[in-house]
Amino acid sequence: MLEWLGDRLAALGRWGLAAGQRLGRGTLFLLATLWALPGLLLRPGLVVAQLYSVGVLSLLIIVVSGGFVGMVLGLQGYNTLVGFGAEQSLGVVVALSLVRELGPVVAALLFAGRAGSSLAAEIGLMKATEQLSGMEMMAVDPMSRVIAPRFLAGVLAMPLLAAIFSVVGIGGGFAVGVGLLGVDPGAFWSQIQDKVDVFEDVANGVIKSVVFGFVAAWIAVFEGYDCRPTSEGVNRATTRTVVHTSLAVLGLDFVLTALMFGE
Amino acid sequence: MRAGTEQAMAAEPLVRIRGLHFARGSRTIFDGVDIDIPRGRVTAIMGPSGTGKTTLLKLIGGQLRPAGGSVHVDGEDVHALSRRRLFRLRQRMGMLFQSGALLTDLSVFDNVAFPLREHTRLPESLIRQMVLMKLQVVGLRGARALMPAELSGGMARRAALARAIALDPMMILYDEPFTGQDPISMGVLVKLVRLMNDALGLTSVVVSHDVAETLSIADHVYLVADGRVVAAGSPAELRASEAPRVRQFLEGLPDGPVPFHYPAQDYAEDLLVDGHA
Repeated sequence: MLEWLGDRLAALGRWGLAAGQRLGRGTLFLLATLWALPGLLLRPGLVVAQLYSVGVLSLLIIVVSGGFVGMVLGLQGYNTLVGFGAEQSLGVVVALSLVRELGPVVAALLFAGRAGSSLAAEIGLMKATEQLSGMEMMAVDPMSRVIAPRFLAGVLAMPLLAAIFSVVGIGGGFAVGVGLLGVDPGAFWSQIQDKVDVFEDVANGVIKSVVFGFVAAWIAVFEGYDCRPTSEGVNRATTRTVVHTSLAVLGLDFVLTALMFGE
Repeated sequence: MRAGTEQAMAAEPLVRIRGLHFARGSRTIFDGVDIDIPRGRVTAIMGPSGTGKTTLLKLIGGQLRPAGGSVHVDGEDVHALSRRRLFRLRQRMGMLFQSGALLTDLSVFDNVAFPLREHTRLPESLIRQMVLMKLQVVGLRGARALMPAELSGGMARRAALARAIALDPMMILYDEPFTGQDPISMGVLVKLVRLMNDALGLTSVVVSHDVAETLSIADHVYLVADGRVVAAGSPAELRASEAPRVRQFLEGLPDGPVPFHYPAQDYAEDLLVDGHA
Protein backbone atom coordinates (compact mmCIF):
# COMPACT_ATOMS: atom_id res chain seq x y z
CA MET A 1 0.00 0.00 0.00
CA LEU A 2 2.79 2.36 1.04
CA GLU A 3 4.76 1.39 -2.05
CA TRP A 4 1.75 2.01 -4.28
CA LEU A 5 1.29 5.44 -2.73
CA GLY A 6 5.00 6.17 -3.20
CA ASP A 7 4.82 5.22 -6.87
CA ARG A 8 1.82 7.47 -7.39
CA LEU A 9 3.55 10.34 -5.61
CA ALA A 10 6.68 9.85 -7.70
CA ALA A 11 4.62 9.81 -10.90
CA LEU A 12 2.85 12.97 -9.83
CA GLY A 13 6.20 14.59 -9.08
CA ARG A 14 7.61 13.58 -12.46
CA TRP A 15 4.53 14.97 -14.18
CA GLY A 16 4.84 18.21 -12.24
CA LEU A 17 8.51 18.55 -13.09
CA ALA A 18 7.86 17.88 -16.78
CA ALA A 19 5.01 20.40 -16.84
CA GLY A 20 7.18 22.98 -15.08
CA GLN A 21 10.02 22.40 -17.52
CA ARG A 22 7.67 22.79 -20.47
CA LEU A 23 6.26 26.00 -19.06
CA GLY A 24 9.81 27.28 -18.66
CA ARG A 25 10.70 26.33 -22.24
CA GLY A 26 7.50 27.98 -23.44
CA THR A 27 8.33 31.19 -21.59
CA LEU A 28 11.88 31.31 -22.96
CA PHE A 29 10.45 30.62 -26.41
CA LEU A 30 7.99 33.48 -25.99
CA LEU A 31 10.79 35.83 -24.97
CA ALA A 32 12.81 34.81 -28.04
CA THR A 33 9.73 35.38 -30.22
CA LEU A 34 9.13 38.84 -28.74
CA TRP A 35 12.81 39.63 -29.22
CA ALA A 36 12.48 38.81 -32.92
CA LEU A 37 9.40 41.01 -33.41
CA PRO A 38 11.12 44.36 -34.06
CA GLY A 39 12.95 42.83 -37.03
CA LEU A 40 9.59 42.37 -38.72
CA LEU A 41 9.30 46.14 -39.16
CA LEU A 42 11.80 45.79 -41.98
CA ARG A 43 9.87 42.92 -43.58
CA PRO A 44 6.15 43.60 -43.24
CA GLY A 45 5.48 41.32 -46.21
CA LEU A 46 6.11 38.25 -44.04
CA VAL A 47 3.40 39.33 -41.57
CA VAL A 48 0.93 40.25 -44.30
CA ALA A 49 1.26 36.78 -45.86
CA GLN A 50 0.56 35.18 -42.48
CA LEU A 51 -2.31 37.56 -41.74
CA TYR A 52 -3.90 36.24 -44.90
CA SER A 53 -3.41 32.63 -43.90
CA VAL A 54 -4.50 32.88 -40.24
CA GLY A 55 -6.94 35.79 -40.60
CA VAL A 56 -8.57 35.93 -44.00
CA LEU A 57 -8.80 32.16 -44.32
CA SER A 58 -10.54 31.98 -40.92
CA LEU A 59 -13.19 34.49 -41.99
CA LEU A 60 -15.69 31.99 -43.32
CA ILE A 61 -15.99 29.96 -40.11
CA ILE A 62 -16.06 33.17 -38.03
CA VAL A 63 -18.80 34.79 -40.11
CA VAL A 64 -20.98 31.68 -40.30
CA SER A 65 -20.61 30.88 -36.60
CA GLY A 66 -21.15 34.52 -35.61
CA GLY A 67 -24.37 34.61 -37.62
CA PHE A 68 -25.76 31.46 -36.03
CA VAL A 69 -24.73 32.41 -32.49
CA GLY A 70 -26.44 35.80 -32.96
CA MET A 71 -29.59 34.15 -34.30
CA VAL A 72 -29.75 31.73 -31.36
CA LEU A 73 -29.20 34.63 -28.93
CA GLY A 74 -32.04 36.52 -30.64
CA LEU A 75 -34.36 33.55 -30.33
CA GLN A 76 -33.52 32.62 -26.75
CA GLY A 77 -33.35 36.22 -25.60
CA TYR A 78 -36.74 37.00 -27.07
CA ASN A 79 -38.37 33.98 -25.44
CA THR A 80 -37.07 35.02 -22.04
CA LEU A 81 -37.65 38.75 -22.38
CA VAL A 82 -41.17 38.46 -23.75
CA GLY A 83 -42.29 36.94 -20.43
CA PHE A 84 -41.41 40.24 -18.75
CA GLY A 85 -42.70 42.38 -21.59
CA ALA A 86 -39.13 43.50 -22.13
CA GLU A 87 -38.63 42.21 -25.68
CA GLN A 88 -37.68 45.70 -26.85
CA SER A 89 -34.43 45.20 -24.91
CA LEU A 90 -33.45 42.28 -27.18
CA GLY A 91 -30.85 44.37 -29.02
CA VAL A 92 -28.91 45.20 -25.91
CA VAL A 93 -29.02 41.61 -24.63
CA VAL A 94 -27.63 40.31 -27.91
CA ALA A 95 -25.05 43.07 -28.26
CA LEU A 96 -23.73 42.88 -24.69
CA SER A 97 -23.53 39.08 -24.73
CA LEU A 98 -21.56 39.20 -27.94
CA VAL A 99 -19.30 42.16 -27.31
CA ARG A 100 -18.42 41.27 -23.72
CA GLU A 101 -18.27 37.48 -23.84
CA LEU A 102 -19.25 35.40 -26.82
CA GLY A 103 -17.41 37.46 -29.45
CA PRO A 104 -13.94 37.18 -27.92
CA VAL A 105 -14.41 33.70 -26.40
CA VAL A 106 -16.12 31.84 -29.24
CA ALA A 107 -13.96 33.55 -31.86
CA ALA A 108 -10.86 32.48 -29.88
CA LEU A 109 -12.11 28.87 -29.64
CA LEU A 110 -12.80 28.83 -33.38
CA PHE A 111 -9.46 30.49 -34.01
CA ALA A 112 -7.72 27.72 -32.03
CA GLY A 113 -9.47 25.07 -34.11
CA ARG A 114 -8.97 26.70 -37.48
CA ALA A 115 -5.78 28.77 -37.36
CA GLY A 116 -4.00 27.52 -34.22
CA SER A 117 -4.03 23.88 -35.26
CA SER A 118 -2.86 24.75 -38.76
CA LEU A 119 -0.01 26.90 -37.40
CA ALA A 120 1.12 24.12 -35.08
CA ALA A 121 0.90 21.50 -37.82
CA GLU A 122 2.74 23.67 -40.33
CA ILE A 123 5.60 24.49 -37.97
CA GLY A 124 5.72 20.90 -36.69
CA LEU A 125 5.96 19.54 -40.22
CA MET A 126 8.64 22.08 -41.09
CA LYS A 127 10.56 20.72 -38.13
CA ALA A 128 9.91 17.09 -39.05
CA THR A 129 11.08 17.64 -42.64
CA GLU A 130 14.23 19.46 -41.45
CA GLN A 131 13.15 22.75 -43.02
CA LEU A 132 13.80 24.66 -39.80
CA SER A 133 17.16 22.95 -39.41
CA GLY A 134 17.93 23.71 -43.06
CA MET A 135 17.15 27.38 -42.50
CA GLU A 136 19.48 27.49 -39.53
CA MET A 137 22.25 25.99 -41.63
CA MET A 138 21.58 28.66 -44.26
CA ALA A 139 22.21 31.18 -41.46
CA VAL A 140 18.55 32.22 -41.46
CA ASP A 141 17.01 32.38 -38.00
CA PRO A 142 13.71 30.45 -37.97
CA MET A 143 12.55 32.55 -35.02
CA SER A 144 12.53 35.72 -37.08
CA ARG A 145 11.65 34.15 -40.44
CA VAL A 146 9.00 31.60 -39.44
CA ILE A 147 7.86 31.97 -35.83
CA ALA A 148 7.65 35.73 -35.22
CA PRO A 149 5.54 36.57 -38.32
CA ARG A 150 3.06 33.80 -37.50
CA PHE A 151 2.84 34.83 -33.86
CA LEU A 152 2.31 38.51 -34.69
CA ALA A 153 -0.28 37.68 -37.34
CA GLY A 154 -2.21 35.63 -34.77
CA VAL A 155 -2.13 38.46 -32.22
CA LEU A 156 -3.29 41.00 -34.80
CA ALA A 157 -5.93 38.80 -36.43
CA MET A 158 -7.70 37.72 -33.27
CA PRO A 159 -9.29 41.09 -32.23
CA LEU A 160 -10.34 41.71 -35.82
CA LEU A 161 -11.96 38.29 -36.08
CA ALA A 162 -13.69 38.77 -32.71
CA ALA A 163 -15.01 42.15 -33.85
CA ILE A 164 -16.33 40.66 -37.08
CA PHE A 165 -17.88 37.81 -35.08
CA SER A 166 -19.71 40.28 -32.84
CA VAL A 167 -20.90 42.47 -35.71
CA VAL A 168 -22.22 39.53 -37.70
CA GLY A 169 -23.78 38.11 -34.52
CA ILE A 170 -25.66 41.33 -33.83
CA GLY A 171 -26.83 41.16 -37.45
CA GLY A 172 -28.05 37.60 -36.84
CA GLY A 173 -29.87 38.67 -33.68
CA PHE A 174 -31.46 41.53 -35.62
CA ALA A 175 -32.57 39.22 -38.42
CA VAL A 176 -34.32 36.85 -35.99
CA GLY A 177 -35.59 39.41 -33.47
CA VAL A 178 -36.75 42.08 -35.87
CA GLY A 179 -37.25 40.10 -39.06
CA LEU A 180 -39.00 37.02 -37.64
CA LEU A 181 -40.29 37.87 -34.17
CA GLY A 182 -41.44 41.45 -34.72
CA VAL A 183 -39.22 43.43 -32.33
CA ASP A 184 -39.24 47.12 -33.23
CA PRO A 185 -36.05 47.93 -35.17
CA GLY A 186 -35.81 51.40 -33.69
CA ALA A 187 -35.92 50.01 -30.14
CA PHE A 188 -33.39 47.31 -31.09
CA TRP A 189 -30.76 49.80 -32.27
CA SER A 190 -31.47 52.69 -29.88
CA GLN A 191 -31.16 50.44 -26.83
CA ILE A 192 -27.83 49.16 -28.12
CA GLN A 193 -26.72 52.76 -28.67
CA ASP A 194 -27.86 53.72 -25.21
CA LYS A 195 -26.60 50.79 -23.14
CA VAL A 196 -23.42 49.59 -24.81
CA ASP A 197 -20.54 51.66 -23.52
CA VAL A 198 -17.54 52.05 -25.77
CA PHE A 199 -15.02 51.82 -22.91
CA GLU A 200 -16.85 49.62 -20.41
CA ASP A 201 -18.03 47.03 -22.95
CA VAL A 202 -16.39 47.35 -26.35
CA ALA A 203 -12.89 48.18 -25.14
CA ASN A 204 -12.98 45.41 -22.53
CA GLY A 205 -14.08 42.98 -25.23
CA VAL A 206 -11.19 44.10 -27.41
CA ILE A 207 -8.73 43.69 -24.51
CA LYS A 208 -10.04 40.17 -23.98
CA SER A 209 -9.61 39.28 -27.62
CA VAL A 210 -6.07 40.69 -27.69
CA VAL A 211 -5.16 38.58 -24.65
CA PHE A 212 -6.78 35.49 -26.19
CA GLY A 213 -5.00 36.14 -29.49
CA PHE A 214 -1.68 36.44 -27.69
CA VAL A 215 -2.21 33.18 -25.80
CA ALA A 216 -3.63 31.28 -28.77
CA ALA A 217 -0.79 32.32 -31.08
CA TRP A 218 1.83 31.62 -28.41
CA ILE A 219 0.50 28.12 -27.71
CA ALA A 220 0.19 27.30 -31.42
CA VAL A 221 3.69 28.35 -32.46
CA PHE A 222 5.27 26.85 -29.32
CA GLU A 223 3.51 23.50 -29.69
CA GLY A 224 4.61 23.34 -33.34
CA TYR A 225 8.20 24.28 -32.58
CA ASP A 226 8.50 22.04 -29.52
CA CYS A 227 6.91 18.92 -31.01
CA ARG A 228 8.73 15.67 -31.64
CA PRO A 229 9.73 15.66 -35.32
CA THR A 230 7.56 12.65 -36.20
CA SER A 231 4.03 12.27 -37.54
CA GLU A 232 2.85 11.26 -34.08
CA GLY A 233 4.57 14.30 -32.59
CA VAL A 234 2.84 16.65 -35.04
CA ASN A 235 -0.46 14.95 -34.32
CA ARG A 236 -0.01 15.50 -30.59
CA ALA A 237 1.06 19.09 -31.11
CA THR A 238 -2.09 19.98 -33.06
CA THR A 239 -4.34 18.27 -30.54
CA ARG A 240 -2.59 19.93 -27.63
CA THR A 241 -2.82 23.31 -29.33
CA VAL A 242 -6.61 23.11 -29.53
CA VAL A 243 -7.06 21.65 -26.03
CA HIS A 244 -4.64 23.96 -24.24
CA THR A 245 -5.84 27.06 -26.07
CA SER A 246 -9.48 26.28 -25.30
CA LEU A 247 -8.75 25.71 -21.61
CA ALA A 248 -6.53 28.77 -21.40
CA VAL A 249 -9.11 30.97 -23.12
CA LEU A 250 -11.96 29.83 -20.87
CA GLY A 251 -9.86 30.15 -17.73
CA LEU A 252 -8.52 33.56 -18.67
CA ASP A 253 -12.00 34.69 -19.62
CA PHE A 254 -13.16 34.08 -16.07
CA VAL A 255 -10.19 35.97 -14.62
CA LEU A 256 -10.57 38.89 -17.04
CA THR A 257 -14.32 39.09 -16.53
CA ALA A 258 -13.85 39.15 -12.78
CA LEU A 259 -11.28 41.93 -13.12
CA MET A 260 -13.32 43.96 -15.59
CA PHE A 261 -16.89 43.54 -14.51
CA GLY A 262 -16.62 42.25 -10.94
CA GLU A 263 -17.59 44.84 -8.35
CA MET B 1 57.26 34.84 -47.01
CA ARG B 2 53.80 35.39 -48.39
CA ALA B 3 53.98 32.17 -50.40
CA GLY B 4 55.04 30.42 -47.22
CA THR B 5 51.99 31.70 -45.36
CA GLU B 6 49.70 30.60 -48.16
CA GLN B 7 51.28 27.18 -48.15
CA ALA B 8 50.76 26.93 -44.43
CA MET B 9 47.14 27.99 -44.89
CA ALA B 10 46.62 25.36 -47.55
CA ALA B 11 48.17 22.69 -45.35
CA GLU B 12 45.96 23.68 -42.43
CA PRO B 13 42.82 21.54 -42.52
CA LEU B 14 39.56 23.39 -43.07
CA VAL B 15 37.87 21.46 -40.28
CA ARG B 16 39.84 20.27 -37.27
CA ILE B 17 38.03 18.13 -34.72
CA ARG B 18 39.86 17.24 -31.53
CA GLY B 19 38.80 15.01 -28.63
CA LEU B 20 35.13 15.27 -29.51
CA HIS B 21 32.74 13.88 -26.91
CA PHE B 22 29.00 13.84 -27.37
CA ALA B 23 26.20 11.92 -25.66
CA ARG B 24 22.45 11.68 -26.02
CA GLY B 25 21.08 10.95 -22.59
CA SER B 26 23.08 8.05 -21.22
CA ARG B 27 24.16 6.88 -24.70
CA THR B 28 27.64 7.93 -25.76
CA ILE B 29 27.78 8.87 -29.45
CA PHE B 30 31.36 10.18 -29.69
CA ASP B 31 34.06 9.25 -27.25
CA GLY B 32 37.15 11.23 -28.20
CA VAL B 33 37.01 11.63 -31.98
CA ASP B 34 39.85 13.37 -33.89
CA ILE B 35 39.17 14.24 -37.53
CA ASP B 36 40.89 16.58 -40.00
CA ILE B 37 39.07 17.64 -43.16
CA PRO B 38 41.67 18.86 -45.68
CA ARG B 39 40.87 21.82 -47.94
CA GLY B 40 39.81 21.23 -51.52
CA ARG B 41 39.25 17.51 -51.06
CA VAL B 42 36.32 15.15 -50.80
CA THR B 43 36.43 13.57 -47.35
CA ALA B 44 34.06 10.73 -46.59
CA ILE B 45 32.91 9.86 -43.11
CA MET B 46 31.51 6.36 -43.14
CA GLY B 47 30.11 3.99 -40.62
CA PRO B 48 27.14 1.81 -39.80
CA SER B 49 23.74 3.41 -39.17
CA GLY B 50 23.36 4.93 -35.74
CA THR B 51 27.05 5.79 -35.28
CA GLY B 52 26.23 9.50 -35.23
CA LYS B 53 27.37 10.52 -38.70
CA THR B 54 24.57 13.08 -39.06
CA THR B 55 25.26 14.21 -35.50
CA LEU B 56 28.84 14.88 -36.54
CA LEU B 57 27.68 17.18 -39.35
CA LYS B 58 25.42 19.02 -36.92
CA LEU B 59 28.37 19.43 -34.55
CA ILE B 60 30.47 20.85 -37.38
CA GLY B 61 27.64 23.21 -38.32
CA GLY B 62 27.22 24.33 -34.72
CA GLN B 63 23.66 23.04 -34.43
CA LEU B 64 24.66 20.77 -31.57
CA ARG B 65 27.07 21.45 -28.73
CA PRO B 66 29.63 18.77 -27.76
CA ALA B 67 30.11 17.63 -24.19
CA GLY B 68 33.86 17.94 -24.68
CA GLY B 69 36.52 18.63 -27.29
CA SER B 70 36.56 21.23 -30.02
CA VAL B 71 35.54 21.77 -33.64
CA HIS B 72 37.47 24.41 -35.58
CA VAL B 73 36.22 25.46 -39.02
CA ASP B 74 38.59 27.67 -40.99
CA GLY B 75 40.41 28.49 -37.77
CA GLU B 76 37.30 29.46 -35.81
CA ASP B 77 36.13 27.49 -32.78
CA VAL B 78 32.53 26.80 -33.85
CA HIS B 79 31.16 26.39 -30.35
CA ALA B 80 32.84 29.47 -28.90
CA LEU B 81 31.35 31.82 -31.51
CA SER B 82 28.54 34.25 -30.79
CA ARG B 83 25.31 33.53 -32.63
CA ARG B 84 25.96 36.37 -35.05
CA ARG B 85 29.45 35.12 -35.92
CA LEU B 86 28.24 31.53 -36.13
CA PHE B 87 25.61 32.62 -38.68
CA ARG B 88 28.29 34.47 -40.63
CA LEU B 89 30.39 31.29 -40.68
CA ARG B 90 27.38 29.24 -41.79
CA GLN B 91 26.95 31.51 -44.79
CA ARG B 92 30.24 30.02 -45.97
CA MET B 93 29.01 26.46 -45.45
CA GLY B 94 26.40 24.63 -47.44
CA MET B 95 24.59 21.61 -46.12
CA LEU B 96 22.69 19.03 -48.08
CA PHE B 97 20.16 17.30 -45.84
CA GLN B 98 19.15 13.71 -46.43
CA SER B 99 15.56 14.82 -47.06
CA GLY B 100 16.65 17.83 -49.10
CA ALA B 101 14.86 20.09 -46.59
CA LEU B 102 13.46 22.26 -49.38
CA LEU B 103 10.93 24.82 -48.21
CA THR B 104 7.69 23.23 -49.32
CA ASP B 105 5.79 26.47 -49.89
CA LEU B 106 8.38 27.80 -52.35
CA SER B 107 9.11 26.74 -55.95
CA VAL B 108 12.49 25.29 -56.92
CA PHE B 109 13.54 28.73 -58.18
CA ASP B 110 12.51 30.49 -54.98
CA ASN B 111 14.18 27.81 -52.87
CA VAL B 112 17.51 28.42 -54.60
CA ALA B 113 16.95 32.17 -54.44
CA PHE B 114 16.07 31.97 -50.73
CA PRO B 115 19.59 32.34 -49.27
CA LEU B 116 20.44 35.04 -51.83
CA ARG B 117 17.35 37.05 -50.93
CA GLU B 118 17.96 36.57 -47.21
CA HIS B 119 21.62 37.47 -47.17
CA THR B 120 22.22 39.86 -50.05
CA ARG B 121 20.62 43.00 -51.41
CA LEU B 122 21.15 42.01 -55.02
CA PRO B 123 18.63 43.20 -57.61
CA GLU B 124 16.09 40.59 -58.67
CA SER B 125 17.51 40.44 -62.22
CA LEU B 126 20.92 39.41 -60.88
CA ILE B 127 19.38 36.91 -58.47
CA ARG B 128 17.54 35.37 -61.41
CA GLN B 129 20.77 34.92 -63.35
CA MET B 130 22.59 33.44 -60.37
CA VAL B 131 19.76 31.03 -59.62
CA LEU B 132 19.62 29.88 -63.22
CA MET B 133 23.38 29.30 -63.21
CA LYS B 134 23.15 27.17 -60.06
CA LEU B 135 20.21 25.24 -61.45
CA GLN B 136 22.10 24.67 -64.70
CA VAL B 137 24.93 23.03 -62.72
CA VAL B 138 22.54 20.46 -61.26
CA GLY B 139 20.55 20.10 -64.49
CA LEU B 140 17.27 21.50 -63.17
CA ARG B 141 17.06 24.84 -64.99
CA GLY B 142 13.95 23.54 -66.75
CA ALA B 143 12.34 22.50 -63.45
CA ARG B 144 12.57 25.93 -61.84
CA ALA B 145 8.79 26.46 -61.68
CA LEU B 146 8.04 23.11 -60.05
CA MET B 147 7.08 22.87 -56.39
CA PRO B 148 9.08 20.51 -54.12
CA ALA B 149 6.12 18.08 -53.94
CA GLU B 150 6.35 17.65 -57.71
CA LEU B 151 10.00 16.54 -57.64
CA SER B 152 11.35 13.01 -57.44
CA GLY B 153 13.68 12.23 -54.53
CA GLY B 154 16.77 12.64 -56.69
CA MET B 155 15.56 15.90 -58.19
CA ALA B 156 14.74 17.26 -54.72
CA ARG B 157 18.29 16.52 -53.61
CA ARG B 158 19.72 18.19 -56.71
CA ALA B 159 17.54 21.26 -56.11
CA ALA B 160 18.74 21.32 -52.51
CA LEU B 161 22.30 21.04 -53.80
CA ALA B 162 21.75 24.08 -56.04
CA ARG B 163 20.50 25.92 -52.98
CA ALA B 164 23.51 24.79 -50.93
CA ILE B 165 25.90 26.35 -53.46
CA ALA B 166 23.81 29.52 -53.92
CA LEU B 167 26.09 31.63 -51.73
CA ASP B 168 29.29 30.08 -53.17
CA PRO B 169 30.33 28.40 -49.90
CA MET B 170 33.82 27.19 -49.06
CA MET B 171 32.54 23.80 -47.94
CA ILE B 172 29.53 21.55 -48.42
CA LEU B 173 28.39 18.98 -45.89
CA TYR B 174 26.49 16.11 -47.47
CA ASP B 175 24.23 14.03 -45.22
CA GLU B 176 23.69 10.61 -46.81
CA PRO B 177 23.43 12.05 -50.34
CA PHE B 178 23.04 8.66 -52.05
CA THR B 179 20.58 6.92 -49.76
CA GLY B 180 17.33 5.73 -51.34
CA GLN B 181 18.23 6.81 -54.89
CA ASP B 182 17.67 4.85 -58.06
CA PRO B 183 20.90 3.93 -59.94
CA ILE B 184 20.57 6.83 -62.39
CA SER B 185 20.04 9.58 -59.85
CA MET B 186 22.68 7.99 -57.66
CA GLY B 187 25.12 8.21 -60.57
CA VAL B 188 24.14 11.82 -61.17
CA LEU B 189 24.66 12.74 -57.53
CA VAL B 190 28.01 10.92 -57.33
CA LYS B 191 29.18 12.81 -60.40
CA LEU B 192 27.88 16.13 -59.09
CA VAL B 193 29.63 15.84 -55.72
CA ARG B 194 33.00 15.27 -57.38
CA LEU B 195 32.42 17.76 -60.18
CA MET B 196 31.33 20.59 -57.92
CA ASN B 197 34.20 19.96 -55.54
CA ASP B 198 36.75 20.28 -58.33
CA ALA B 199 35.07 22.92 -60.50
CA LEU B 200 34.07 25.27 -57.68
CA GLY B 201 37.14 24.68 -55.54
CA LEU B 202 35.06 23.46 -52.61
CA THR B 203 35.81 21.25 -49.68
CA SER B 204 33.33 18.41 -49.41
CA VAL B 205 32.40 16.27 -46.44
CA VAL B 206 30.29 13.28 -47.40
CA VAL B 207 28.62 11.32 -44.65
CA SER B 208 27.43 8.02 -46.05
CA HIS B 209 27.18 4.27 -45.69
CA ASP B 210 27.01 3.62 -49.43
CA VAL B 211 30.44 2.04 -49.73
CA ALA B 212 31.05 1.72 -53.49
CA GLU B 213 29.74 5.17 -54.45
CA THR B 214 31.48 6.98 -51.64
CA LEU B 215 34.83 5.28 -52.10
CA SER B 216 34.70 6.04 -55.83
CA ILE B 217 34.81 9.81 -55.26
CA ALA B 218 36.46 10.27 -51.88
CA ASP B 219 40.07 11.40 -51.49
CA HIS B 220 40.15 10.53 -47.84
CA VAL B 221 37.95 8.28 -45.70
CA TYR B 222 37.24 8.05 -41.98
CA LEU B 223 35.45 4.99 -40.70
CA VAL B 224 33.56 5.72 -37.49
CA ALA B 225 32.10 3.08 -35.18
CA ASP B 226 31.36 2.80 -31.47
CA GLY B 227 32.02 6.49 -30.93
CA ARG B 228 35.57 6.41 -32.28
CA VAL B 229 37.45 6.60 -35.57
CA VAL B 230 38.33 2.96 -36.25
CA ALA B 231 40.13 3.49 -39.55
CA ALA B 232 41.31 6.36 -41.73
CA GLY B 233 43.12 6.70 -45.00
CA SER B 234 42.69 6.82 -48.75
CA PRO B 235 40.09 4.51 -50.32
CA ALA B 236 42.91 2.28 -51.55
CA GLU B 237 44.39 2.04 -48.06
CA LEU B 238 41.01 1.16 -46.61
CA ARG B 239 40.39 -1.49 -49.24
CA ALA B 240 43.78 -3.00 -48.43
CA SER B 241 43.09 -3.00 -44.70
CA GLU B 242 42.97 -6.35 -42.94
CA ALA B 243 41.19 -5.02 -39.84
CA PRO B 244 38.10 -7.20 -39.32
CA ARG B 245 35.84 -4.21 -38.63
CA VAL B 246 36.90 -2.49 -41.87
CA ARG B 247 36.50 -5.69 -43.83
CA GLN B 248 33.04 -6.34 -42.40
CA PHE B 249 31.84 -2.83 -43.24
CA LEU B 250 33.34 -2.63 -46.74
CA GLU B 251 32.17 -6.11 -47.74
CA GLY B 252 28.81 -5.89 -46.00
CA LEU B 253 29.30 -9.11 -44.02
CA PRO B 254 26.29 -9.92 -41.83
CA ASP B 255 28.35 -11.08 -38.87
CA GLY B 256 31.68 -10.01 -37.45
CA PRO B 257 32.86 -7.42 -34.94
CA VAL B 258 29.37 -5.94 -35.31
CA PRO B 259 27.34 -9.01 -34.34
CA PHE B 260 24.25 -10.17 -36.25
CA HIS B 261 22.37 -10.79 -33.00
CA TYR B 262 21.30 -8.02 -30.70
CA PRO B 263 22.74 -8.85 -27.26
CA ALA B 264 20.45 -11.40 -25.58
CA GLN B 265 20.55 -14.21 -23.06
CA ASP B 266 21.41 -17.74 -24.11
CA TYR B 267 19.11 -19.02 -26.87
CA ALA B 268 18.43 -22.46 -25.39
CA GLU B 269 17.77 -21.04 -21.95
CA ASP B 270 15.47 -18.44 -23.42
CA LEU B 271 13.38 -21.08 -25.19
CA LEU B 272 12.99 -23.14 -22.05
CA VAL B 273 11.64 -20.30 -19.95
CA ASP B 274 7.91 -20.57 -19.34
CA GLY B 275 5.58 -17.67 -19.70
CA HIS B 276 5.64 -14.55 -21.80
CA ALA B 277 8.42 -12.45 -23.45
